Amino acid sequence: MPGLCRSDPNNEGAAAPGPSSSERRTFNSTARLRTDSVKKSRPLFPWFGMDIGGTLVKLVYFEPKDITAEEEQEEVENLKSIRRYLTLNTAYGKTGIRDVHLELKDLTLCGRTGNLHFIRFPTQDLPVFLQMGRDKHFSSLHTTLCATGGGPTSLKLHKLDELECLIRGVLYIDSVMPRECYYFENPTDPDHCVERPYPLENPYPMLLVNIGSGVSILAVYSENNYKRVTGTSLGGGTFLGLCCLLTGCSSFEDALEMASEGESTRVDKLVRDIYGGDYERFGLPGWAVASSFGNMMSKEKRETVSKADLARATLVTITNNIGSITRMCALNENIERVVFVGNFLRVNTLSMKLLAYAMDYWSKGQLKALFLRHEGYFGAVGALLELLHSS
Amino acid sequence: MYAEHAASTSAHTMDKSIILPPDEIFRNLENAKRFAIDIGGSLTKLAYYSTVQHKVAKVRSFDHTAKEAHSDKLYEISVQEEVTARLHFIKFENTYIETCLDFIKDHLVNTETKVIKATGGGAHKFKDLIEKKLGLKVDKEDEMTCLIKGCNFVLRNIPHEAFVYTKHADSEFRFQTTHPDIFPYLLVNIGSGVSIVKVESEDKFERIGGSSIANLPTPALMFSYFGQRFDELLQLASKGQHTSVDMLVKDIYGGSYGSLGLTGDLIASSFGKSATADKEFPKEDMAKSLLHMISNDIGQLACLYAKLHNLSRVYFGGFFIRGHPVTMHTITYSINYFTKGEVQALFLRHEGYLGAIGAFLKGAEEDNPNQYRWVENYAGSSGLMSVSPDMNPMQRARSGTFDMLEMDRLERQLVKLPLLQDPSSYIPDTVDLTEDALAREYWLFCFEDALDGVVQRAVASQPDLPEAPERAEKFRQKYRHKLQTLRHQPFAYGSLTVRSLLDTREHCLNEFNFPDPYSKIKQRENDLALKYYLKAVKALEKLEWEDRQLALVSGVLAGNVFDWGAKAVSDVLESDPEFGFEEAKRQLEERPWLVDCYDQWFERLKGPPHRCALFFVDNSGVDIILGVIPFVRELLSRGTEVVLASNSGPALNDVTNGELQILTERIAAMDPVIQSGLRDERLMLVQSGSSSPCLDLSRLDKVLATLVRERKTDLVIIEGMGRAIHTNYYAMLSCESLKMAVIKNSWLADRLGGKLFSVVFKYEVPAGKPSQDCSASIPL
Repeated sequence: MPGLCRSDPNNEGAAAPGPSSSERRTFNSTARLRTDSVKKSRPLFPWFGMDIGGTLVKLVYFEPKDITAEEEQEEVENLKSIRRYLTLNTAYGKTGIRDVHLELKDLTLCGRTGNLHFIRFPTQDLPVFLQMGRDKHFSSLHTTLCATGGGPTSLKLHKLDELECLIRGVLYIDSVMPRECYYFENPTDPDHCVERPYPLENPYPMLLVNIGSGVSILAVYSENNYKRVTGTSLGGGTFLGLCCLLTGCSSFEDALEMASEGESTRVDKLVRDIYGGDYERFGLPGWAVASSFGNMMSKEKRETVSKADLARATLVTITNNIGSITRMCALNENIERVVFVGNFLRVNTLSMKLLAYAMDYWSKGQLKALFLRHEGYFGAVGALLELLHSS
Repeated sequence: MYAEHAASTSAHTMDKSIILPPDEIFRNLENAKRFAIDIGGSLTKLAYYSTVQHKVAKVRSFDHTAKEAHSDKLYEISVQEEVTARLHFIKFENTYIETCLDFIKDHLVNTETKVIKATGGGAHKFKDLIEKKLGLKVDKEDEMTCLIKGCNFVLRNIPHEAFVYTKHADSEFRFQTTHPDIFPYLLVNIGSGVSIVKVESEDKFERIGGSSIANLPTPALMFSYFGQRFDELLQLASKGQHTSVDMLVKDIYGGSYGSLGLTGDLIASSFGKSATADKEFPKEDMAKSLLHMISNDIGQLACLYAKLHNLSRVYFGGFFIRGHPVTMHTITYSINYFTKGEVQALFLRHEGYLGAIGAFLKGAEEDNPNQYRWVENYAGSSGLMSVSPDMNPMQRARSGTFDMLEMDRLERQLVKLPLLQDPSSYIPDTVDLTEDALAREYWLFCFEDALDGVVQRAVASQPDLPEAPERAEKFRQKYRHKLQTLRHQPFAYGSLTVRSLLDTREHCLNEFNFPDPYSKIKQRENDLALKYYLKAVKALEKLEWEDRQLALVSGVLAGNVFDWGAKAVSDVLESDPEFGFEEAKRQLEERPWLVDCYDQWFERLKGPPHRCALFFVDNSGVDIILGVIPFVRELLSRGTEVVLASNSGPALNDVTNGELQILTERIAAMDPVIQSGLRDERLMLVQSGSSSPCLDLSRLDKVLATLVRERKTDLVIIEGMGRAIHTNYYAMLSCESLKMAVIKNSWLADRLGGKLFSVVFKYEVPAGKPSQDCSASIPL
């Protein structure tokens, strides 16, 4: 749900930063010799792209590193302080976090060189964030902070198409960041399951599965030709919501931590729990889940499972359900390449491996699950690109 | 994994107190064999086969050459014992299992049974108990195979088995006419796990998806948090508001997401709000949210599978559904949303019995049960009970005790009439009383009102049997109870129609050994009418051709006024036995009739004769003898062959095939035209396969269908209110057809814009043929 921050909506006609390799983050001389016209059509700093999701707000911030002495002088004090505040800290307030490991350095964007920072904070803290902006006198910068949803009525809204931003963001980051895309080799063999880079040079057609609070599944045939195939309300928000109710945990990280220590087979009823082994009539292996949470119907078993087991079972259920719907969509759309993005996958190797496994196993190797390092930030990146494009 | 694991928490404490008298539940145990049992997490379903002895009325011609003439009656009526096959299915809570087994053991006389087929998740648990109590060896059958077998069986044998559920419609249940070809279909069984099975033929099916593949959230998830009984959870859910727990599209976007067509109220993230606050959520809200989540998810997957396999019929069953309006609604909603209405969620009336039926069929394979047609016995079956808490109190008392399904074997094969224009869209019944509340109210009243008369006639039909009044009283109670049930739950036996009300009455009469309450009345009427036959024929022969044609039609219509089935007429007949044929003609409405295609019919008669006419006849006495036979005689004279189709078994005063055989023989003895017709097989008598005052053209005796095809039938005549108005009024045939009836019910006459004894004479020529079609048609 990307909104974007833009400083001056009247600047039109800048070159669109497409996913061309010439714009790789090299410090290139043509970029330095900026013409006046480029300078004029470029939006004023600060350059933000924002994606307001159901659970998290994702913010990307471009920090120009090629500021000339002249510019340094021109730069108003407030802008300077924002730049310093954002780039010198990795945590903002109580809940804002900068994902330092994702930072893209020496990036050339719209003729300027700088670093791209990735920041996130809970959507419920959006008012706090905005207050902070006000405290730091954002308004004096003539900045229009654009956000979707309720909340910041004091700010001008500029709503962008979420899916368009997402796709642009994916394509752009993949073009500027080597080894952005990867997959798991031998997903069905836990001992030999390893991460391998995947060159996403010719990505079409692909199924793009965005797992945020909910899930959107897109079939992408080219940069501008895509459709939303379907979606499900059972996403990351469901995992966290159910985990909070079942285990009393309070954060995504806690929930994942717990899940990593739990055992879902104590909660789920497996085929072998019923048939003593494989169910041959239907070719079901004994380890397959016959009933998610099936053991929880027995009072005794309810009393023996740990919170970690419940967290794990919730994670497995939600993940596999997404996998299953994705697989059916891939079959219906006749697409073999599936790219999973979204913040549900952040620090969630468990789910990624499960998805990789499910895609491979149930399709008998036909489907390939791909992942991207910047998981949840593509919408925000797309929003930033849109700002530069439309200015 | 497929069954009802979602069990009661207080499971299996043996309760010895059975609420209903068990001999009314486990009926006909004396001859029972081929037991099968399906034990789920909370419900047990028992199946067995038995033979039922009941009385049937037979007619036998007297030997008229013999000197000692038995009064002057045409034929004698005798009541004989006949043995028919019946399937019994009983559903009860697991708590009663031991009591029930004891009862069965005590009453099981037949000892040739050695094995009981068992299926369901609980079969293993109760294996020892069953073997110990019954002394039968428990033979386990695969659950999914049983389920599919059972599903095929009900779809094939029960016309209104499947329905769509619409919560806010006038009639929540809309029953589907079973497509002649039931395959392929998708069966989604939702128990504690979920199975999605593609069924392509009787033996070919494949589990294409479900919880083991998808690992989707199942109803079991509900227990991990609530630890409550499933039914209680549904009750909770029906009171909850999911919007406090779920994150909606409008929570994120402030409204709808127009470009994606997502409305603001759509759930963006199930339980998405329960992670953000430290607050407590009401249980009701969470239960509702879970219910939505699970229903939507299963619905979505079912749609994806249906799309991938190109299937349009998707049936839902299992513990999760079990007739719960709440889950049927959420599943229906989900399917509608995800397929944009392309696929309908279908539910089954006997969904709970599928496993038991399948297990039974597995055990009875050597009897070839699939070779026969079976018909739901309305007298012995409980009908669809909803477990909705806001249903009527009578039903609430019923649910949770015992539920029964009984099916009778038909001794002859039934097939569809080859002359139906579109068999897949044919619906016999003209008015669906489940949807038409006004008509429902009237007919239920009408049948209740007529009950006294039926009881009296039943008693009168068996003057030699002193216990007849007692049995008749039991019949009254049973049928009245059925009417009461139907008043509250019109959907109990599929679409409620005048036909089903009539059939239910016949089933109840048979149940209490009143096989033919009208036998003596029919006999007397036939005797009387026969005396006037020659006179009537001679009078007709004197008429000019043109006048005769109208007189013949008027004769059939006037004869049709004689109908003991219609209350208005039976009152007149009973008070004035002299009410004669001529009087009936005078009572008839003047032309133009309410529906009057006579001119077109008359024009048609000037053309070449029909090759062969199929005539579905109605009543005994004046109707058949003075109305129908002269009409048939004229057809024969024109060179048209005639197939007379009459009921296989008795219903009201309708002439049965047995009676008609005797009548035509007697007429043939007087009338050379009929005699030569019979001799040369230009006049043929066949049984319709039905014992109903109405007519279902998709279930007719196979011999009839074969004959119709062989003789290249090009005219179908349907006579009487039951067959031509209550049913088949809109039936489209691929050949010419005549529908003739006199409206003998003032309410119906009023509704049709006519009056008592208004005439319907509908002549239709199928589209595409040189048409003199009569456009007159009244909306019913």
